[in-house]
Amino acid sequence: MIEFFSFARDVLPDLLAGVRLTILISIVALVIGFVIGLPLAVLRIHGPVWVKRLIFAYLTLFRGTPLLVQLFVVYYGLPQLGISFSRMTAAFITLGMHSSAYQAEYFRGAIAAVGAGQMRAARAIGMSRGRALRHIILPQALRLALPAWSNEMVSMIKYTAVIFLIAVPDLMGQAKMISSRMFMPVQTYILVALIYLALVGLASLALYVIDKKLSIPGLSISVKTR
Amino acid sequence: MTLSPILRIEKLHKQFGSLTVLKDISFTVQPSEVLVFVGPSGTGKSTLMQCLNLLAPPTSGKIWLEDQEITASGLNRNQVRRRIGMVFQEFNLFNHLTALGNVMVGMRHVRGMPKDQAKKQAVMELERVGLAAHAAKYPSQLSGGQKQRVGIARALGMNPHVMLFDEPTSALDPELTGEVLAVMKQLADDGMTMLVVTHEMGFAGEVADRIMFMDGGAIVEQAAPADFFRCPQTERARKFLSMLNQTELIDRPS
Repeated sequence: MIEFFSFARDVLPDLLAGVRLTILISIVALVIGFVIGLPLAVLRIHGPVWVKRLIFAYLTLFRGTPLLVQLFVVYYGLPQLGISFSRMTAAFITLGMHSSAYQAEYFRGAIAAVGAGQMRAARAIGMSRGRALRHIILPQALRLALPAWSNEMVSMIKYTAVIFLIAVPDLMGQAKMISSRMFMPVQTYILVALIYLALVGLASLALYVIDKKLSIPGLSISVKTR
Repeated sequence: MTLSPILRIEKLHKQFGSLTVLKDISFTVQPSEVLVFVGPSGTGKSTLMQCLNLLAPPTSGKIWLEDQEITASGLNRNQVRRRIGMVFQEFNLFNHLTALGNVMVGMRHVRGMPKDQAKKQAVMELERVGLAAHAAKYPSQLSGGQKQRVGIARALGMNPHVMLFDEPTSALDPELTGEVLAVMKQLADDGMTMLVVTHEMGFAGEVADRIMFMDGGAIVEQAAPADFFRCPQTERARKFLSMLNQTELIDRPS
């Protein structure tokens, strides 16, 4: 046990450098996912038919193929077409677009849960569709989507682990280097697992607090977090 | 009837696919008039209300609000809707806003009023429906009757020229309908032009200037309430009224 702690002390600086990267990539990917996912959700409900079809294809592509395959296509495949990215950019793009497909579905569900009556009432007082979305529908939908979004955040922290396969030195990347340098894979990966657990715990706690802060009487759907 | 009508409907048709819901509806409404639409379920009364504020645009026919044809193409329908207040059977209050917020949101973001001015009028509208004390409550914290009164205040906040009520008390427990009908009666007394779809025959008899009896998507008969209830002119209206009387007899406690 004492051996484990002294090992942990030795490798922690390297691992923390990896943690910083894991957090950075998670946040950037979630933001990209939000910025793309929310409009996709809105357009999938209110857009013209051809746009809806296009979005459906996009969602099917990103939800229906393994994340790792997507990552390899972006990082190793696209350069053959003359489009190449740095490792970090490839990680941001892949995880961000992957997340956008899931977030779009969460937001679509939340918008549907708000109900058509709210839109009708907003239109009836003279709001345009856009205004109604901004002032009436989305403020409710985003709150309703928070529990699902919290799941997405937890998943994202864990999904980032695949990017060590394109040699990004995130938490998992650092772990791999330490493990092959020190020949202590069991201790290394137990430590890494504990750190992921702590990250996920903190993130969930943060969203839980936000959810409580933003809660409005009568406006919630109970969703069990996984 | 020397006044010019506030609302004029001409040969209005509404079709959903191959189903004709409204056919050949024509009537005019004078300022401050209260029209109550009655008739069996599924005869297009609610659809008519939604056609009038263009939430469900008519398939054909024309509607004039004051001297503007609101069914004309190229018209900004949002501008039209803010002049026509609508009260829904299922309230449709904005769930993320307080009672005050529900009344204010349209004033702020449709009428473009500054916040303090909007708040002042919103408080007045809530007072008008007797709910100033509940301004800070969210819809889920209000009773059905209170919700509907907020719904009325929200519509009033837009300073509408005409108010449409689509079965405003049908989703309410019987003991809560009275407070909503009282607010509506007060509005009528204040001179608001109102078109009301309701099954409350007591209200119809007391407040309506004209009863519009609809059946099968058409206006079958229109008359002053006294005439309509005492001696309906058409067989269908007689049948409808006798059915009502029967259910009232059943409902009446012995």
